[in-house]
Amino acid sequence: MNAKGTVFKYGDNVDTDVIIPARYLNSSDPAELATHCMEDIDKEFVRKVKKGDIIVANKNFGCGSSREHAPIAIKAAGVSCVIAETFARIFYRNAINIGLPIIECAEAAKEIADGDEVEINFDTGVITDITRGTTYTGQAFPAFMQKIIANEGLVNWINNGRP
Amino acid sequence: MGMTMTQKILAHAAGLPEVKAGQLIMADLDLVLGNDITSPVAIHELEKMKVEGVFDKDKIALVPDHFVPNKDIKSAEHCKCVREFARRNEITNYFEVGQMGIEHALLPEKGLTVPGDVIIGADSHTCTYGALGAFSTGVGSTDMAAGMATGQAWFKVPSAIRFNIIGKPAKHVTGKDLILHIIGKIGVDGALYRSMEFTGEGIRNLTMDDRFTIANMAIEAGGKNGIFPVDDLTREYLKEHATRPYTVYEADPDAEYDEEITIDLSELRPTIAFPHLPENTHTIDEIHAQGDIAIDQVVIGSCTNGRIQDIREAAQILKGRKVAKGVRLIVIPATQSVYLQAMEEGLLRTFIEAGGVVSTPTCGPCLGGYMGVLAQGERCVSTTNRNFVGRMGHVESEIYLASPAVAAASAVTGQISCPEDL
Repeated sequence: MNAKGTVFKYGDNVDTDVIIPARYLNSSDPAELATHCMEDIDKEFVRKVKKGDIIVANKNFGCGSSREHAPIAIKAAGVSCVIAETFARIFYRNAINIGLPIIECAEAAKEIADGDEVEINFDTGVITDITRGTTYTGQAFPAFMQKIIANEGLVNWINNGRP
Repeated sequence: MGMTMTQKILAHAAGLPEVKAGQLIMADLDLVLGNDITSPVAIHELEKMKVEGVFDKDKIALVPDHFVPNKDIKSAEHCKCVREFARRNEITNYFEVGQMGIEHALLPEKGLTVPGDVIIGADSHTCTYGALGAFSTGVGSTDMAAGMATGQAWFKVPSAIRFNIIGKPAKHVTGKDLILHIIGKIGVDGALYRSMEFTGEGIRNLTMDDRFTIANMAIEAGGKNGIFPVDDLTREYLKEHATRPYTVYEADPDAEYDEEITIDLSELRPTIAFPHLPENTHTIDEIHAQGDIAIDQVVIGSCTNGRIQDIREAAQILKGRKVAKGVRLIVIPATQSVYLQAMEEGLLRTFIEAGGVVSTPTCGPCLGGYMGVLAQGERCVSTTNRNFVGRMGHVESEIYLASPAVAAASAVTGQISCPEDL
């Protein structure tokens, strides 16, 4: 499985309040949430994002509120993967549970720039910055999480008898 | 090798003699919590699962508290979804408007969280119950759904930072000042994926309400959980509140910690977190040296600081004083019981006579929902837990996180102040 797209680059501590502000949490509809994704950090995001695009950020991405609406909004906006130096732990769980691919890779997070074309191979964890001609290896998921991902999320994993 | 307090609780819940940091385990849950924002998503996920009902109708708590009493039609629909789910599944601990309170103040008060428990909640401040010696942590809605269906959750066993608390705090220095000081010291990801274990002889000088505030904000340092040992003060609290027997766990003497940080409570000063991160902390003395910071609004309440001690502390400072011209003071007791007690003690009268307003329990303003949303350029001193960009309203508004004492004093002067300034 691969992902390929244009990078939207952000800094440290991107919190779930800026990913999806609470004033929109009176909805839980993914399509509606997607129309406000990243609104308080990047007003242009929703207008510019294309299916398959990639978010790259520095440390502690997704900190703050546990709202699953945050990864849901990102996924519904068409983003194929989030690469960060580190993720806040609740966001990390939520992303796996809803099937939004995420990769921790400090070097990639540091060097990849806004607007770069990036390709990710999820089987190998290899991240390629096509614009720069550089490659990085992200941290692979533990086998336990790979099972959840292979079952396309926690709900299906339970439905399939927790293999 | 010994285990930390958190590791011992998790080992027991996983049915294992011992666990090590980094180990993946499946643990039995004592309580699964959700609110009006997160539960509808969880209920939707649960409906996709091939399971009948919930694992245990007594071990689920549903507390609509964020946008209630319903702030608009969409919120009303969410609350209706939670209410009907609770009715359909005969959920014992569903709290309707009139019985509810802010979830993390309400559940300990109702005795639903006790030492040794493993608790997950679809709200990041679920870590609050660590104050009682429980392992409790925030998760998302899908984890909540899986928890309601199976009564279990997977965890990666965390390593820990040990905070050795010594000394006694000065008057008007509270648990809020301690946790803000800690976050300022280690940063908003300083405890990422890890436990924050609070120990030391200074713990006895922290009230239960102080401990709830401290454990509540473990997430603001990125922590998986914050946890306190069970002592006489905890036992006294539990005697009054607990509804079921509990097990007390202690860290092994040879438990390993990633690091140990000693903090002397007697050295702490009133501490305030500047926009837009809880780690941007300054003491009141640093603020005085920098010059006045004028404010527009003060909020006293939330799952962090809406308990009776907080309301009393604020009232004591506001008694016989007036809110500064041009400043709006909003006081929100966290539960119906806190509200009633504050009423009986005459504290609500104090706030109203000072020129403030008092609201029914709600998370409302903390997350920019309603009941105190900020306009462009406005500044608020708030006893809540997050000061992110746009958290309480306009992206160009500013939040200064502080204790109830600092918040009340600031309401009187119209600028960031502490009680000593009055």
